[in-house]
Amino acid sequence: MLNVSDLDVWFGDPPDRVDAVRDAAFSVSKGESFGLVGESGSGKSTILRAIAGLIDSWSGQIEVDGTRIEGARRDRAFYKTVQMVFQDPYASLHPRHSVDAVLSEALRLQGMGDIDRRITRLLEDVGLGKGFRFRYPHQLSGGQRQRVAIARALAAEPRLLLLDEPTSALDVSVQAEILNLLKELREEHGLTYVMVSHDLAVVGHICDRLAVMQQGQIVEIMSVDALRRGAGEQDYTRHLIAASQ
Amino acid sequence: MSETELSRPISRREWLLSDAPQSRRQAQLGALYQGWLTFRANKLAMFGLIILILLFGMAIFAPWLAPQSPFSQNLADRLQPPSAAHWLGTDSFGRDILSRLIHGSRITLFIVGTVALIAPVVGLLIGTIAGFAGGWVDQLLMRITDIFLAFPKLILALAFVAALGPSIGNAVLALALTAWPPYARLARAETLTIRNADYIAAARLQGAGPMRLLIRHIWPLCVSSLIVRVALDMAGIILSAAGLGFLGLGAQPPMPEWGAMISDGRIYILDYWWVAAMPGLAIFIVSLAFNLLGDGLRDVLDPKGAKE
Amino acid sequence: MSTPLLSVKNLCVTFASRRGDFQAVRGVSFELGRERLGVVGESGSGKSMTGRAILGLVRPPGRVTADRMELEGQSILNLPERRMRKLRGSRISMVMQDPKFSLNPVMTVGDQIMESYRLHAGGGRAAARQKALEMLNAVRIRDPERVMDTYPHEVSGGMGQRIMIAMMLAPDPQILIADEPTSALDVSVRGEVLNIMDGLVRDRGMGLIFISHDLNLVAKFCDRVLIMYAGRVVESLPARDLHNARHPYTQGLLRSLPRLDTPVERLPVLQREESWRSGELDPSPET
Repeated sequence: MLNVSDLDVWFGDPPDRVDAVRDAAFSVSKGESFGLVGESGSGKSTILRAIAGLIDSWSGQIEVDGTRIEGARRDRAFYKTVQMVFQDPYASLHPRHSVDAVLSEALRLQGMGDIDRRITRLLEDVGLGKGFRFRYPHQLSGGQRQRVAIARALAAEPRLLLLDEPTSALDVSVQAEILNLLKELREEHGLTYVMVSHDLAVVGHICDRLAVMQQGQIVEIMSVDALRRGAGEQDYTRHLIAASQ
Repeated sequence: MSETELSRPISRREWLLSDAPQSRRQAQLGALYQGWLTFRANKLAMFGLIILILLFGMAIFAPWLAPQSPFSQNLADRLQPPSAAHWLGTDSFGRDILSRLIHGSRITLFIVGTVALIAPVVGLLIGTIAGFAGGWVDQLLMRITDIFLAFPKLILALAFVAALGPSIGNAVLALALTAWPPYARLARAETLTIRNADYIAAARLQGAGPMRLLIRHIWPLCVSSLIVRVALDMAGIILSAAGLGFLGLGAQPPMPEWGAMISDGRIYILDYWWVAAMPGLAIFIVSLAFNLLGDGLRDVLDPKGAKE
Repeated sequence: MSTPLLSVKNLCVTFASRRGDFQAVRGVSFELGRERLGVVGESGSGKSMTGRAILGLVRPPGRVTADRMELEGQSILNLPERRMRKLRGSRISMVMQDPKFSLNPVMTVGDQIMESYRLHAGGGRAAARQKALEMLNAVRIRDPERVMDTYPHEVSGGMGQRIMIAMMLAPDPQILIADEPTSALDVSVRGEVLNIMDGLVRDRGMGLIFISHDLNLVAKFCDRVLIMYAGRVVESLPARDLHNARHPYTQGLLRSLPRLDTPVERLPVLQREESWRSGELDPSPET
């Protein structure tokens, strides 16, 4: 589903160039859930943004569903395949757009018809009733906002969902609800996930395999079972696991 | 929850303030009503709004409200102090100042209204395009803006009017052309902060093109601060228009433009103070009203200033 | 413990709004000795507002009322701002969540620590400098001389938070209120910052109010925990007994955390009950 190799991402031009990601390589097969773990500044979110086309300064190979991707340009087919959920639901919803406006815009841009029915479906899918359709973001709680953001991502009926710390801005009880929702959606729609998180327990709950990142480099790719056993090959991984127990 | 709410009759206020609107219309009306409540809480802003409504009424019904024609001269009655016959006195041609002020409100509103339509729209376009596109487009547009900003407003307007010929239409054009740069700067600054927001990135990922991002996502957020700014700038625009009138480059006599009226009264200011003071007072009141309104609008529209 | 450092009884914080009064804190009572008291709850539970109310930082239209709010027997409820300002910093200090927002970006770190010290303790520049260096040493910053001359944007998050702690502890306050002091930090730095704070609080015999959303962190780090829900304290218990909590809310919170060692298919979701908002807290020995 997703193949990344030799990926370098940088910001700025020399001499101020900052290498955010160096020589990253991993692949995610169809239906798999893959985690990217690391501390702030490790470049984990940067990888997601480069895949999504939100950063153009990268080099290397990114292949989505067998198609090579270049620069920051993405075609319509890409957006129908890949969607993203952002970290902070307070920042990822337009403050002046109602839930209805957000979802119908997403559906129209994907060229979908029958918008009314689809909006109802989407809201049901993410566990929000019809009553939420005409609310504005300020009338929603953090968890409800994140559900709307997930619904927006699902509008395109994508197969690969990029999740950028989708629960780190939420309370733990709400986090549990969103994590459950993500699990259900993945089963129902046969989605592939790439999830960025700093929380090993969250990644352990959602993912099958994960890559541990440190200062822009992937130091280790391991299975969640190995993570649970605390069986990191690298010191850094073991240190991370120990710190989050 | 929504079912139980529907089953019992609710007051119109509850319907409007509902946190769970059932239709697009209810949501929009609710948002408007919220804004109105915030605005209403600001007593001074309400005062400004009432004055402006009165001003509009005055402009619309000018021919019926004015006791006399603004142009009818009566040299026997020239320079009369305020009295029962002429509430605000008469000017050097014996024209009734009150009637001229009432008719003049049309001109003032025309100037202010047109400038307020043109300048922010030009500013919004240039500012958001510059901020959103970045790179050389940004450089080019902002340097042009800088050039306009580098001249004192009134001097630049004077130059325009001098080149185009004195008339009220040209005065409006000149004022609009000199008034847009601050709006462009403001819109650009707002765009720069919005441009990298996650919701813009999310819209991009839906496949939204630059035009759609600009119009549907960025403009709605810039417009509110521009409206506030316009309302606060209105006083300045009125004064600039009056300044042009005063210098004889705006409305031409015998049109009852307030600035031109002050100019007429200038030579009599020591002995017949009311000739210049009455239009001055009118300008003062209307400017104040716009400022108060702008303050109230900021409470409603500016998300940064808003509470809660 | 004869007189507690801080004694709060029936604290309420009310915000008047268009739709009637909203009570952010509803009748919170507790006493703080020379101990580490954790205050845990989700966003909107009133935990941060409790801390702000103690420091007199609730702004209008918020109103603070209480039957009692005493610092070593002296009432500090709704003191005039001038007297409160004297109290803040010198006797009660606060460490906020994100050092980026609580440090002044245009002043060097050293100047800020010195200023905060001199404001409360007086003394000359030389003495203040000495104290600042000492504090930076105390928060285990290597090469404090160099750090003194840096600006806040030049230091990392963990370093920034240590500087904040140094600054807040320079005037030797009796109580430190830490509001999510480590939530903006990475896990590996978090432990270090907490240990430093812990050591300082213990050495000086201070009282610590540790406000956090992280149950496990609080359990590890505090002596006693108050669990807040919807503006009320629903449970108060020794930190080591947290995992035997009795209140369904506390239990629910604990269960909803994913755990590495015990994988589950679905996380148990917290079912909120109306009675938690109003039900009486069974009288605990402390209150």
